[in-house]
Amino acid sequence: MKAEVNIESGRNAAIALLRDWLFRRIDEAARTWFEEQVSLLRSDSGDRALYTAFGLMPRRLGKKSLALSADDAGAAAHCLEGWKPGDWSLVDAGRILLLARLPGSNPDFARRFCALCRTADVAEAISLYRGLPLYPEPAALEPQVGEGLRTNMRSVFEAIAHHNPYPKRYFDTHRWNHMVLKALFIGSGLAPIEGLDERVNDELARILLDFAHERWAADRPVPHELWRCVGGFARGDALEDLARVVCSGTPLERRAAALALSASPDPAAAALLERMPEIAQAIDSGRLTWAELE
Amino acid sequence: MRLGDDDTMKFIDAHAHMISRTTDDYEAMAASGVVAVIEPAFWLGQPRTNVGSYLDYLSTLVGFERFRASQFGIRHYCTVGLNSKEANNEELAEAVMDLIPRFALKEGVVAIGEIGYDEQTPLEDKYFRLQLDLARELDLPVMIHTPHRDKKRGTTRSMDVCIEHGLEPGKVIIDHNNEETVREVLDRGFWAAFSIYPCTKMGNARMVEILRHYGADRIIVDSACDWGISEPLAVAKTAKLALQSGVPEEHVRLACYRNALEAYGQSGQMSEEDWLNPPPIDQRTLYEGNSILRGGRPPVVEARRSARSADDLVIE
Repeated sequence: MKAEVNIESGRNAAIALLRDWLFRRIDEAARTWFEEQVSLLRSDSGDRALYTAFGLMPRRLGKKSLALSADDAGAAAHCLEGWKPGDWSLVDAGRILLLARLPGSNPDFARRFCALCRTADVAEAISLYRGLPLYPEPAALEPQVGEGLRTNMRSVFEAIAHHNPYPKRYFDTHRWNHMVLKALFIGSGLAPIEGLDERVNDELARILLDFAHERWAADRPVPHELWRCVGGFARGDALEDLARVVCSGTPLERRAAALALSASPDPAAAALLERMPEIAQAIDSGRLTWAELE
Repeated sequence: MRLGDDDTMKFIDAHAHMISRTTDDYEAMAASGVVAVIEPAFWLGQPRTNVGSYLDYLSTLVGFERFRASQFGIRHYCTVGLNSKEANNEELAEAVMDLIPRFALKEGVVAIGEIGYDEQTPLEDKYFRLQLDLARELDLPVMIHTPHRDKKRGTTRSMDVCIEHGLEPGKVIIDHNNEETVREVLDRGFWAAFSIYPCTKMGNARMVEILRHYGADRIIVDSACDWGISEPLAVAKTAKLALQSGVPEEHVRLACYRNALEAYGQSGQMSEEDWLNPPPIDQRTLYEGNSILRGGRPPVVEARRSARSADDLVIE
């Protein structure tokens, strides 16, 4: 219960912060217009007002980036763990703030969110999903977020998967695993996924090893980040796969394999690491981490 | 002018139903110099039977198709509207009319359209007028589809109704013109667009004659390529033929690029900056990993080895 209270107060602090950032970056006319929309939507629960406010946002706020400072980014993380709005635009901020400030106990929030997603343009879809950590009723939005992951538009997928604490907190293991696999499949990065290392699991490691075998069979490269989610579960046959990378991988792949081996619970991993003494030493001394390979 | 080189002319295809076209078409269009397309909402070759399929269609226009075009370095814009054929299904039409305002303010929607007449029925007239009012309310340009049959009368009537509803001719693009309609459209101050579409609408040799005769003021050349036998390179081919036939380069530039930008740019949703120098926020959402047309250069599209030939056996 205490954790829930903390999340709620963190969410309110995040909303206040976002409003402050936005209002410092737009002019008086835009501020007035924005506040009018917030008031209007408190009394008018019809969809047309909401869609119009959404559609007018780029016209009223402009197309610039929110351009946060390092201090701003620190303040964001302080409010909500894993909240990283560094890539957000002014329009993202405006749309998300508008939704976050809809009447909090509104039981219709999930329905309205889904309807907005269903008719969203590309930029709207990105805003809608980037804002997930700030909305009321977050758990009720999960099926729609799962729908969002099915997109073919990489930028929309990344609005959910990257720099967003929502998946870590609300996805079950199945959803989580398929998000990670899809990220690799479409050539997107794993490092920006919040909670990547905390939510690794045996099943994900198996899925990713199968994926590596598929890629090898097709004579295609295996993304080096894959091994990050495999290492902690690498035993037996999985060590043979890692040995293959150690023997024939690119320098980047070999370092990734070494990091995976260093996380393996199988004692046999140590013998494989000894084949790469310099890399093993770099890992031991903390000079080589996954952050170095991003 | 040499098509496909770095110093190639830039083109806008101001009427192209790209959801019906393949990626080969996008590649070929980009290679021919097309930097932007406008996709008007229309029917799909057969009628939609419920509003849900209309909703999904419109979201595809403002969503996935926009993204798909960007993969080839082409900026995609669209117009939204209830077309004249489907206006005759009153139940559908009523439901679609609730959707149009929801989509009209989306990013890249440059007009209400294509709307107008098909058989010139009372229902077509009703929904045409309602959409003209909406365009005026939202301050958006209008793209008019002139009918295939009884075209001359339908074109005149479309313009009469626009005036009756208080629209400025300068914000209305009358499309699918021919030799019989162009004079009146230009005389009344509307934009006159021509769809270079094989067999049915207009051929490009005829188009060149029109450019010679009328010049290029307020004239727009487009392909109207769709699910039928049509030509996605129609704008580039017409430009080339016009230049070879001695039409001044400036006129070609107006008819195949500049006029479309000026007419639809009145929406505030389309500007040269979009493809010449997109804001960074845009690059993140649409252009990630793609070539960007910095400095006015056309997109880098790799020369394809005869994409349509079965001799190119290996698929990787």
